[in-house]
Amino acid sequence: MATFKDFRNSIKPNWCPGCGDFSVQAAIQRAAANVGLEPDNLAVVSGIGCSGRISGYIKSYGFHGIHGRSLPIAQGVKMANRDLTVIASGGDGDGFAIGMGHTVHAIRRNIDITYIVMDNQIYGLTKGQTSPRSEVGFKTKSTPEGSVESAIGIMELALTAGATFVAQSFSTDLKELTSIIEAGINHKGFSLINVFSPCVTYNKVNTYDWFKEHLVPLSSIENYDSSNRMMAMQTLMENKGLVKGIIYQDKVKPSYQDLAHGYSKKALAKTDLNLSEEKFNELMTEFM
Amino acid sequence: MIDQLSWKVGGQQGEGIDSTGEIFAMALNRLGYYLYSYRHFSSRIKGGHTNNKIRVSTSETRSISDDLDILIAFDQETIDVNVHELRDGGVVIGDSKFNPTVPEGLNVRLYSVPFTEIASELGTSLMKNMVAIGATSAVLGLPVESYLEVVEEIFARKGAKVVEKNMEAIQKGADHFNELSGGQIDGFQLNKADGKKRMFMIGNDAIALGFVAGGVRFMAAYPITPASEIMEYLIKKLPEFGGTVIQTEDEIAACTMAIGANYAGVRTITSSAGPGLSLMMEALGLSGMTEVPLVVVDTQRGGPSTGLPTKQEQSDLMAMIYGTHGEIPKVVMAPSTVEEAFYDAVEALNIAEEYQCPVILLTDLQLSLGKQSVEPLDFSRVEIRRGKLVDQELPDTDDKDGYFKRYEVTEDGISPRVIPGMKNGIHHVTGVEHDETGKPSEVAANRQKQMDKRLRKLKNLRFNVPVVKQGQHTDPDILLVGFNSTRGVIEEAMPRLEAEGFKVNHAHIRLIHPFPTDEMKPLIDSAKTVIVVENNATGQLASILKMNVGQHEKIKSLLKYDGNPFLPSEVVMKCKELV
Repeated sequence: MATFKDFRNSIKPNWCPGCGDFSVQAAIQRAAANVGLEPDNLAVVSGIGCSGRISGYIKSYGFHGIHGRSLPIAQGVKMANRDLTVIASGGDGDGFAIGMGHTVHAIRRNIDITYIVMDNQIYGLTKGQTSPRSEVGFKTKSTPEGSVESAIGIMELALTAGATFVAQSFSTDLKELTSIIEAGINHKGFSLINVFSPCVTYNKVNTYDWFKEHLVPLSSIENYDSSNRMMAMQTLMENKGLVKGIIYQDKVKPSYQDLAHGYSKKALAKTDLNLSEEKFNELMTEFM
Repeated sequence: MIDQLSWKVGGQQGEGIDSTGEIFAMALNRLGYYLYSYRHFSSRIKGGHTNNKIRVSTSETRSISDDLDILIAFDQETIDVNVHELRDGGVVIGDSKFNPTVPEGLNVRLYSVPFTEIASELGTSLMKNMVAIGATSAVLGLPVESYLEVVEEIFARKGAKVVEKNMEAIQKGADHFNELSGGQIDGFQLNKADGKKRMFMIGNDAIALGFVAGGVRFMAAYPITPASEIMEYLIKKLPEFGGTVIQTEDEIAACTMAIGANYAGVRTITSSAGPGLSLMMEALGLSGMTEVPLVVVDTQRGGPSTGLPTKQEQSDLMAMIYGTHGEIPKVVMAPSTVEEAFYDAVEALNIAEEYQCPVILLTDLQLSLGKQSVEPLDFSRVEIRRGKLVDQELPDTDDKDGYFKRYEVTEDGISPRVIPGMKNGIHHVTGVEHDETGKPSEVAANRQKQMDKRLRKLKNLRFNVPVVKQGQHTDPDILLVGFNSTRGVIEEAMPRLEAEGFKVNHAHIRLIHPFPTDEMKPLIDSAKTVIVVENNATGQLASILKMNVGQHEKIKSLLKYDGNPFLPSEVVMKCKELV
């Protein structure tokens, strides 16, 4: 059985020292081993940005796509081979700005993949511009007088879009993050995991200390029930979205694959492509 | 007795104009006639003039005709808009409901038949179409029973009573016409057809059928005119083979999802038209860079922007060849008939996998939507070739990370391809420049090697009949050149030009990119004048010819971009002007 070391390769990430993404990478590797995956049964699909490089840093099948499109690529991979475990990942700009259309639709489509967002509230690779997760007043190169646009409450949005698994975590909490990713992989449907992963170079507001001070663990809320969507929404709103843990999970709703009419139980990539002549003639006759 | 006839039905969109044409054409197709139809329609569901022009012939035909023999009108507008197309002595049959009139001075015969009234008496005015079909068969001298089979199929689910009523409507329409005309009128009786069974289908049907036969098991697409029929067919059929279709949120998702699924080993396609293709351009580059096979259908329509969404045009050519930033290997193929569209759909899948690059299957609205008779397709020509897809167990690799050399530099530029899930096949795929295992690399020497490798893949592209050549002249006065649906109209113009003393050859280009220069050069060299017939305003194919072959002074353009397909007479007339 594979251990987390089997999911490592020798490539040195080009992330800045202290970047939160290192821990996210480690958590994915540990979670993959903990749920019993082998590297060749995992596909990590990523977008563009600092965090998008992650597909090259994990030893598994990896697909580094184009900006904002990790989700449609990942959904295509899963539809082609339902035997694979598919993780999509990228940053908050990738997923919630250029790729937001796909994020909302992936949520409501509910294909069984896990989406891990490394959320640092800023654009790092382009050297510090505002992101849709930046708070009002946040000063960046592109908002020198402070951002005037509202930040997206992504967890709340996911709930209203029909999400079946919504979780949030913090990159320093390696143990909790690992277990949330495991739960996401095991969830039968689309799982969204937003991870606060501080940018030590460009974001001087939302720092490690800032998150430690502001994040409320759901485990500290008495009688919190992650199967209660209303409670999930209320808790998020009361805490301005700054909670961590599994916020909501619907364990009943079947995944897209289980609902799609006629969709093969056997991985499509392993099915026979050939048609019998008899079947072909039948199809032709329908046009006669 | 005549060998061909042109018939048109018109009215307001949404009142069954299409189905009237459909039933008429299906019945004649069953009798063994060759049908070719052209739908004039607008981008709206109800209202607005629409018509369906159908050519019936005892021999194969792939073009609409210059004139019209019979016009069926459900409103006066239909007559006003279309009466000028009628030949001398042509017939107009209008619904008495609107007191049809024809302009003075025209030699046409007008019959007023109470389509709506007869239908209402039988139970529902919806059957007015059947009454009109009945009147048509009286003109043609076709027995009413010719429609029985088709009517039974269409209305079978609604029960025998409905079938009976519809047949009665046809009978009444025929009876009423015969009463008015006092018996058969001359000049409209078709010679008997060969009675052979043929399909009656649109180009999009043929493409979709080709995809099913060619092993497509997944599709991701966004609805758009005139491509949606491909998606609709696969939605209906793929579940029978375990496959499925996802209607995505946009064309960017459609194309990237198709890339993801092809990467993971399933033949997956997407189809769209100009606006969708514009959105897919970045993804096409990803397919080229990551060497993931991809087939995209572009059913050209009137551009730019939303343009003329329901009209004929061929103006995406340059965008399909050059679209996407940077330089990638790409194949653009352009079938010229519905039959070819089927075989090319299968072949596009093979080429995409063999050369591991994007393939654009280009059609135009008239080829995609023009419904016509098609000879049965040859299943023995359907083969599935997956190129260098590895289907055997892989040995351990010598890479220090155990990565497979997915982008191994090879002589033909094509590398072995493994799909996720395979042991010892792990590799990285990225749109960033990469080394042989797919790891990002900016090393100059590697960059050059990988660019050269990708771009040499198509140097030896094997392609079946890149140019359809017609005409045997060694020194033609005119070489007519076209692509996609203009083939039929050019074929029809040729003998007319020959009859006027011109020596004419025809080259229809099926492989647009990489351009078949070796095939085209001798044809152009030998001709006095080259006339490129295309439905766009800037002469895109002519530019491509000039770029690849030269001979600028003898290459002339015959263009039409008003949204309608060429008529044979237009080609003849303009060729004479250009020579």
